[in-house]
Amino acid sequence: MKARRVKAIAKKELIQVWRDPRSLMIALLMPLMQMALLGYGVNLDIKHIPVCAFDREASQQSQALLKRFQASNYFRVVEAVGSYQVLKDALDYGRCKLGVVIPPDFSERLVDLEAAPVQVVLDATDDNTASIGLGYAQEVVSGYSGDIQLVSWQRQGTLAQNPPAVVQSRVWFNEDLNSRNFVIPGVVAMVLALVGAQLTSLTISREWERGTMEVLISTPVTRMEVMTGKILPYFAIGLVDATLCLTIAVYWFEVPFRGALATLFLTTSLFLIVVLGVGYLISVAIHSQVGASQIALVVTLMPTMLLSGFAFPIDQMPWPIQAVTYLVHSRYYVTILKAVFLKGSGLVALATPISLLALYAAAIAFLAARAFRKTLD
Amino acid sequence: MSPDAPEGEARIVTERLAKRFGAFTAVNEVSFSVRRGEIMGFLGPNGAGKSTLIRMLCGLLRPTSGRAEVAGLDVARNPERVRAVIGYMSQKFSLYNDLSVIENLRFFGGIYGVRGKRLAERVEFAIEMAGLAGRADTAVADLSGGWKQRLALGCAVLHQPPILFLDEPTSGVDPTSRRRFWDLIYALSEQGVTVLVTTHYMDEAEYCNRIALINRGRLVALGSPSELKRGAAEGRLLLVECDDVGPLLEALESAPGVRDVAPFGSSLHLLVDDPAADIPKIERFLAARGLGWTRVEPIKPTLEDVFVRLVGDGRLEEATP
Repeated sequence: MKARRVKAIAKKELIQVWRDPRSLMIALLMPLMQMALLGYGVNLDIKHIPVCAFDREASQQSQALLKRFQASNYFRVVEAVGSYQVLKDALDYGRCKLGVVIPPDFSERLVDLEAAPVQVVLDATDDNTASIGLGYAQEVVSGYSGDIQLVSWQRQGTLAQNPPAVVQSRVWFNEDLNSRNFVIPGVVAMVLALVGAQLTSLTISREWERGTMEVLISTPVTRMEVMTGKILPYFAIGLVDATLCLTIAVYWFEVPFRGALATLFLTTSLFLIVVLGVGYLISVAIHSQVGASQIALVVTLMPTMLLSGFAFPIDQMPWPIQAVTYLVHSRYYVTILKAVFLKGSGLVALATPISLLALYAAAIAFLAARAFRKTLD
Repeated sequence: MSPDAPEGEARIVTERLAKRFGAFTAVNEVSFSVRRGEIMGFLGPNGAGKSTLIRMLCGLLRPTSGRAEVAGLDVARNPERVRAVIGYMSQKFSLYNDLSVIENLRFFGGIYGVRGKRLAERVEFAIEMAGLAGRADTAVADLSGGWKQRLALGCAVLHQPPILFLDEPTSGVDPTSRRRFWDLIYALSEQGVTVLVTTHYMDEAEYCNRIALINRGRLVALGSPSELKRGAAEGRLLLVECDDVGPLLEALESAPGVRDVAPFGSSLHLLVDDPAADIPKIERFLAARGLGWTRVEPIKPTLEDVFVRLVGDGRLEEATP
């Protein structure tokens, strides 16, 4: 491999990107747009669930319970209804996701220290929102009943005798349970996977399409030199993009960054080799720019979206799908990024995903080095 | 028809070189050789196999059978070593349109390992040769055809290769630019560069030292332009000038002594065995049928006559740009 030839190709490639509005847009504008779209768009937090209240008693106690729903961040009482029919309509028309029905003898039962049933009706067409909403509703109701019990014990002076066991939960790494903290590192991985493959998918197909490849392969340049010269400039652009995305993640979306920059740089470099190599392989196989770019999009977008653990936890998937996720390059980087960002994990803790990512990079580099053939056959 | 070069050191040699794509034979057992400093033209219609042949010689396509040597190196076995000693201008556009003149030249300089003072000299030479002095920073996309072609040649000879392959280098270029381009090729040939060039322009073929006529993958004739003309038809070709070519063309096909009739614009070329005896016969034949003509006389054959005669079924497609 001759450095002079690699340099000649890399320099030519950079000039071409700089003068091609489409490549320039992919290189610089696409990461920004994707970060904004996905960063704001993918929000797994469930807050302000619209609630309809069917208060069949309308007592001080029942109103106190409803106030707790209203006061909670998770709910927003949007409507007070007077019958089951209206409640059903409200759910049907989507005016609310959840209905709270308080029985007519609610306060009586409370006074008698009987169990006072509160009915919660859920629209479970979105089962995730429904089950989380149910959990929050239970929390609100049990908080309320706990307080009532406390008050009655105090009245009877039995507080000290019967302290209930209490779970004291501490949430680590993402203390606010803010889904953005969990999603944004995944978004960074996704943007890099997308942009990286898009950039290199054009590099070889452009030469075939414009007819310059025929002359390039008639020169003594080797395929290693072609690959290296073609990928190096995009590696540099990829690092710029990565810096851009990570800066946005930390300073705009305020995702806590607790890891070491060196770990981040090393793993990002490995990931860039993988995604750029994938784009290059596609570019070698498909001789049209549009075709190569489309395939690069499909190959990177879907698996990263669905199978990288970016939004859907891998350990919740059926085992055959879990097995497939090991082939998805972004799986490793998503795992690493989340850990480096939120847990501050270092090289030792991340030894497994980092070695697998390195293995992936080596395999892709090996294939890419052999893929390009200097013939027209 | 001799496959060997008349004199001098053979720089390109093929022996029964063939290329098949599935059932289609693009190049069918072609044997020839080109000596040092010679300009060898490959003349043939589109799809005759000229480009396939040149691509095999550049190591871009693997021969299906037969052998080819360039600068003493077997192209199938040593394609990389061959690539270091050749320059190639492809039929498609060979330059980077989005790069400037100087950027293209520096790119090929880098690829061919031309560096330092020599690179500066070669770049200056190429710019001078292409007539682009003072326009080094112009984007290639903004250059006209003739300039692009000369610049592509400049890039192809930047590393001073002893052997040059040019695949239809002047297609789509105006006649003045074509003439200038050929002056450059002559200059290179005088320095000892061996040139193999394909064309479908008859006038261009006349500039070559030797011509290989190629049709449907086969080499149908090989020799200097005058040899080809002598061998094919000289002394036996008649020109018939007339007002209306159509009826004469049809009638003369069955006229006594006429072996072949071909239309050339507003006249006809007839191939006969004995012009002196045949002219009166043909005039009588036409008069008997009431067909008018202006004159019938012997002419010297052109390469196109040779081509029509040897290829048989017609003339070159796109013979005029």
